[in-house]
Amino acid sequence: MLNQYPAWKYLLLIVIVAMGLLYAAPNLYGEDPAVQISHRVNLINDDEVQNIKNMLQNLNIEHRSIEMGDGFILIRFNNEDQQLKAASDIKDALQEQDSRYGVALNLAPATPDWLRSMNALPMYLGLDLRGGVHFLMEVDMDAAITKSLNRASSEIRTYLREEKVRYRSVKASKDNLAVRFSSIEERDQGLIKLEEEFRDFNFQITQDERSFYVNMSYSETALISEKTAALTQNISTLKNRVNELGVAEPVIQRQGEDRVVVQLPGVQDTVRAKEILGATATLEFRLAQGSLTDWSEAERSGKVPVGAKLYKETNGSPVLLKRSIIVTGDQVVGAASGIDSQSGTPDVTITLNGKGADRMSKITRDNIGKPMGVVFIEDKYEYKEINGERKRIKKTEQRVINVATIRDQLSKRFHITGLDSTREARDLALLLRAGALRAPMIIIEERTVGPSLGQENINKGFMSVVIGFIAVLIFMVVYYKVFGLIANVALTMNLVLLVAVLSMLQATLTLPGIAGIVLTVGMAVDANVLIFERIREEIRLGNSPQASIFSGYQKAFSTIADANITTLIVAVILFGFGTGPIQGFAVTLSIGILTSMLTAIMGTRAIVNLVYGRKNIKKLAI
Amino acid sequence: MALFKEINFMGLRKIAMSISLVLILISLVSLFTNKLNVGIDFTGGSVIEVGYEEAVDLKPVRAALVKAGYGDAIVQHFGSAKEVLIRLVPREGQNKAELSSLLIPILAEQTSSKMDVRRVDFVGPQVGEELREDGGLAVLYALIAILIYVSLRFEYRFSLGAVAALIHDVIITLGVFSILQLDFDLSVLAAILAVIGYSLNDTIVVFDRIRENFRKIRKKTSFEVINMSINQTISRTLVTSLTTLLVLIALYTFGGEVIEAFALALIIGVMVGTYSSIYVASASALALGITRSDMLIPEKEDVEAEAQP
Repeated sequence: MLNQYPAWKYLLLIVIVAMGLLYAAPNLYGEDPAVQISHRVNLINDDEVQNIKNMLQNLNIEHRSIEMGDGFILIRFNNEDQQLKAASDIKDALQEQDSRYGVALNLAPATPDWLRSMNALPMYLGLDLRGGVHFLMEVDMDAAITKSLNRASSEIRTYLREEKVRYRSVKASKDNLAVRFSSIEERDQGLIKLEEEFRDFNFQITQDERSFYVNMSYSETALISEKTAALTQNISTLKNRVNELGVAEPVIQRQGEDRVVVQLPGVQDTVRAKEILGATATLEFRLAQGSLTDWSEAERSGKVPVGAKLYKETNGSPVLLKRSIIVTGDQVVGAASGIDSQSGTPDVTITLNGKGADRMSKITRDNIGKPMGVVFIEDKYEYKEINGERKRIKKTEQRVINVATIRDQLSKRFHITGLDSTREARDLALLLRAGALRAPMIIIEERTVGPSLGQENINKGFMSVVIGFIAVLIFMVVYYKVFGLIANVALTMNLVLLVAVLSMLQATLTLPGIAGIVLTVGMAVDANVLIFERIREEIRLGNSPQASIFSGYQKAFSTIADANITTLIVAVILFGFGTGPIQGFAVTLSIGILTSMLTAIMGTRAIVNLVYGRKNIKKLAI
Repeated sequence: MALFKEINFMGLRKIAMSISLVLILISLVSLFTNKLNVGIDFTGGSVIEVGYEEAVDLKPVRAALVKAGYGDAIVQHFGSAKEVLIRLVPREGQNKAELSSLLIPILAEQTSSKMDVRRVDFVGPQVGEELREDGGLAVLYALIAILIYVSLRFEYRFSLGAVAALIHDVIITLGVFSILQLDFDLSVLAAILAVIGYSLNDTIVVFDRIRENFRKIRKKTSFEVINMSINQTISRTLVTSLTTLLVLIALYTFGGEVIEAFALALIIGVMVGTYSSIYVASASALALGITRSDMLIPEKEDVEAEAQP
């Protein structure tokens, strides 16, 4: 008799179905409100967990469980009220111990331990389903190059001085450096020395009536490595900043040559997130030049002495500061905001790294009694239409927040005042802690989904899957009777397998992804429709039921394969060109096609063989 | 049970072709005159969606925005009277990413109760341009890849027929979006690509049967063979379209506003695609002069298949 499957095929199917059920199962459990604790420097260990446990007990915080995750401690709560209250208490208590603790709200999957031990985890919900922000940020590479040329120019000065080469000036412009010499001999000597030391540069010599120049610009490879360095440093700075914001499970990823994708699930205050991520605020410490009268004189006449630069204080009064910088924000390793005990105004306590501290103590020791200025620098961007072309214009805001007389030798730790508000002090401290961006970044795309819309999307997506699914089930039974029922079993298994594979891959489920699942449900029955129609045809031609089943499956196979491969091609192209959400659609569609081939062909055949195989049947209910 | 008696599909092909041509013409005219109502995904701009606790009147919201200097904002209800959608096209002199930060407080002032920010989308002009380019390229590459695959698996005339059907479907679906001025965003573009996949699926099934029949039946003309093949596959074509439409209608009705345009594009595309795989694809192959002799080089796997009972 025809239509039998060997035992191993049944076994294989049973194993696949069992695995499918197992790995799809975690999605049935919801999520627990949780608080996630991490530390910027220290690794989380058992002692740390014990410390937190004690703290929770001391503070009398109700919680369900506490566990160690991958680099963080997770505390689960019974409800959101508990979670929110606990989060602020924990944050206050921990920050007091060590400001480098990060405390973030999170929704942790409530998967039971036995499933987790098998690595069975639920699908990861995309931002459109759980709420949160997605930013695409672009690094201003021109600015990165200019900045790096500025750094190189001070290195060149020091180097030429050490090598005892006489030069007049080193000037950095947008994309090159000009070193000026007074004589051709000095220039030639300088060129040899510079070529020896600065191998990343291309050199060119020029001259005008009075001076001789060596023009230096980055070589092609150096340009690329400078850009990569800028991107890498910006990504690590962004990571620090996001940690400071307290976001659980953030995504910060490089995209292309000059872009970074930042995804912050669950963040609701997008305004603040945007400010912090894109902020370029930093500090510079410079010695002042001259006296009050010199400053107002310089403002009136517009004549600024050599080696100095005219700034404005926050209140608008002029101040002259020396061009050479004592310390910049880059050398800050720690910063905390607070209130100055003397004046009662907001202040920031700063801790410098070794190099910065050395320089600071040396310069302040030699200049006791002289004034020093703290410059607050921030880049701002705006768009302008120039000759019909959209251009981004950078405006750098530089203001002196504080000019104070050096009373003592400063070193590693000191504090500054003169900030406008506690908020400004807090943000500045955060930015100094997280490190500066090597080059400014701007947000070129934003997608924010509020938590209420996220929940609504889940509910609606789920609802449409269920209703569409049931409609198809009913139709199939009515139209194909027993065979329809068999197809329905396969369709259900297909849905389970699809969810299982997505969970195993830890794919991100998005709303378009749900649409892909729904569409797969509609299209997965196609294979069965093809087979069943063939069987009907064979019966009409007068073949026996067994022979009809056999040739129905056989003849439909190449059609099914062809049809599905073409759909797969489209899905792959969709994935290649699409962005996040569309890729989600493409992924679910492709996996759905593959799993449906298995369930619709092998799955239904197995059941058909079980029901009809080995029997002498006269009529098929199809 | 056959759904239909033998229908002379190919006999009606002239009528069908003229209907298709008229539809394509109308679509093209509309695409050139009305254009597509492209969303911010492709133009750049901002969309802010907020939800209030009670129904709000749009007039004061508009007035407040005009007062704040956003007279060019498009304000409309979205879904219900409690939800308001604000759309802004790119404008100079402003980093648009900060725009939502400026607008949200203005919108919050419109109610004494709580306001909830549901969605903020900002697309920079350069990103919009890239998405537009990538989208066009994706459609183009999909068509080329299909052209190649079908040529390899079948015959170049089938391949041209299939691609003609796909272009037909894409143009008419876009035409409907243009005539009704529905929002055309990234998700609709994805739907168009899904339509290409779906319609192709349909076409392949018909072609497969035509090939099979050409090899099996010696005495009939190409016209008769194609007609017969369509008749043999028509119930499958309709059943699959029906099940797909069932889930799409569920998606359209219950999936929420965000997914609505996506589902609608697919509904239109599936309907047009079903029709085109019957008429456009097969009729083009027939018009290009496909005959039995083109199908006679049997591939290995088919030899094996026929050798078995």
